[in-house]
Amino acid sequence: MAPARRPRLAVWKFASCDGCQLSLLDCEDDILALAEVVEIASFPEASSAMSKGPYDISLVEGSVTTPHDAMRIKKVRRQSRHLVTIGACATAGGIQALRNFADVDDFIAAVYATSRYIKTLATSTPISAHVPVDYELHGCPIDKTQLIEVISAFLAGRKPAIPNQSVCIECKQRGTVCVMVARGTPCLGPVTHAGCGAICPSFRRGCYGCFGPMARPNTTALAREWRLLGASETDIQRVYRTFNAATEPFKTESEAHGD
Amino acid sequence: MGGHVLAIGAKAMMTRDGLQALIEALLSRGYRLIGPRLGEGAIVYDDIGGIADLPAGWTDRQEAGSYRLERRADAAFFGYAVGPQSWKRFLHPPVERLWQARREGDELAILPIEIETPKFAFLGVRGCELRAIQIQDRVFTGGSQVDVAYGARRRGNFIVAVNCGTAGGTCFCVSMASGPKAKGGFDLALTELIEGGAHEFLVEIGSATGADLFAGIPQRTASGDDIAAAEAVVARTAREMGRTLDNTGIKELLQGNPNHPRWDTVASRCLTCANCTMVCPTCFCTTVEDGSDLAGATAARVRKWDSCFTLDFSFVHGGPVRSEPRARYRQWMTHKLANWIDQFGKSGCVGCGRCITWCPVGIDITEEVAAIRANARTAGTPEKGGA
Repeated sequence: MAPARRPRLAVWKFASCDGCQLSLLDCEDDILALAEVVEIASFPEASSAMSKGPYDISLVEGSVTTPHDAMRIKKVRRQSRHLVTIGACATAGGIQALRNFADVDDFIAAVYATSRYIKTLATSTPISAHVPVDYELHGCPIDKTQLIEVISAFLAGRKPAIPNQSVCIECKQRGTVCVMVARGTPCLGPVTHAGCGAICPSFRRGCYGCFGPMARPNTTALAREWRLLGASETDIQRVYRTFNAATEPFKTESEAHGD
Repeated sequence: MGGHVLAIGAKAMMTRDGLQALIEALLSRGYRLIGPRLGEGAIVYDDIGGIADLPAGWTDRQEAGSYRLERRADAAFFGYAVGPQSWKRFLHPPVERLWQARREGDELAILPIEIETPKFAFLGVRGCELRAIQIQDRVFTGGSQVDVAYGARRRGNFIVAVNCGTAGGTCFCVSMASGPKAKGGFDLALTELIEGGAHEFLVEIGSATGADLFAGIPQRTASGDDIAAAEAVVARTAREMGRTLDNTGIKELLQGNPNHPRWDTVASRCLTCANCTMVCPTCFCTTVEDGSDLAGATAARVRKWDSCFTLDFSFVHGGPVRSEPRARYRQWMTHKLANWIDQFGKSGCVGCGRCITWCPVGIDITEEVAAIRANARTAGTPEKGGA
């Protein structure tokens, strides 16, 4: 019996810092196991040997910020059986979505001598704003265990075991004492999507929400509590406007605060 | 001095050195001893090797949504209320593997799971916490389906209870009749007595195992004055409860008011973060996660603590049953205080106050009950439930 064809994997980069692709390279032993069960057909960050599609799984990093990328993501989608976004940029628009709250032409004028060669969009948008997405992985960067879980799940044809609940549940599972209650440290954990394993609170810092909103968070109630803990209106606007600034309800909550 | 096996219910006095001897005796009998110690800005339950590990001279100031460590004027070992997490995390661990399997050709081989059943000794278990353990015993081992691993951990479990000498700001065990005095379910119960220069413990024997262990500990006979002093400590703590909860007709009150406007008020504050259920010593809900490796060669099912506050918890085909926060808070509180009585014969609340202290926005279950009671539909006029 001929061996079954290995599923073909591709990794794509849009507007991003490459950190999520590095999380894949950082999988160490698992990346050897991955290379045995899939054909890593195209992963320019790792290898210049790139083969053409179609692909069984495409991992997409980065947001769409240029007209060229808005076209390119459609081509990626057409060549991909499953498309999984990896990280806050691809899933939520990333830190570069701060442009959505300002005039991008002002930025161009401030940075470049001439705008003649700059073709950029007024907004940074997640991949899902352009093409259907099969699964979205949160985080800035993503958690490599979650990445392996998603790939394993797609290979097995099962649902990834990735809960959309709060970071608080991860703190409690690992036995971390609540920094908000025991130290008065403002923390975004109660509104933030789990997945990191509650790293920041385990180092006695508040969560800053790099995994974006959990399912139906109460951002307004948490903002009220932050005020009581001494955060200013500007602090609250800024903390809801980081890597997931363009995602609801962080976006709307950030607009309710500020100077 | 030692060697004499006391009867169950008998009392004797033990010094600080006696407590050290008690700890050493438990460790030498192979127990993993868990007790209070300072950690991460709180008094947490963790491994204990001797009295030097105990939080001598520290207390906790607890209020709704707030916990702070403070120095005490004395060197009490147990001069605090209750820790951030209960003994639940040892008896009913947050993550537990249920089964695993390996692909062998076209066959599936189920691999044996080693059940982790350390022989735990707990030091400093409070009356409310003992009640909570009894409630979880009922949940996990009292029905037709028995949780084998939980049962095994409980069978080897040695419990040194402590009658509370300090009431926390969010404590209401008196309302729930679970404390501040330990009422059974322990092997030994201590009351810490600090007066003048003396620092001693009145020890009550709770089981034959406790009597046997205590026989080897330096002790003296308890006088009538010692016993009276211990009773005075507990009586004073009972008077100092930070909260009260009126349980009168509470089952009918909550079951009869599913559309009370207070559910909307509390939902506007509730983060649905699930902290209250995680810290609750009786909340027992779990989910299972199925996993497989990259090669599809092994698979495992893992059980994890879950919460009725997550959307996934009630997710069925088409969406979550309890999509609105009001429905989720109502589910939790009504189950805890009312439906639990239908299900298990008594309240699921022990009055430890953890859900009040560890709620990041300070939602207070006693205040919510009072608010519903203040403007309740009369019992006996059922109204139609709704999400």
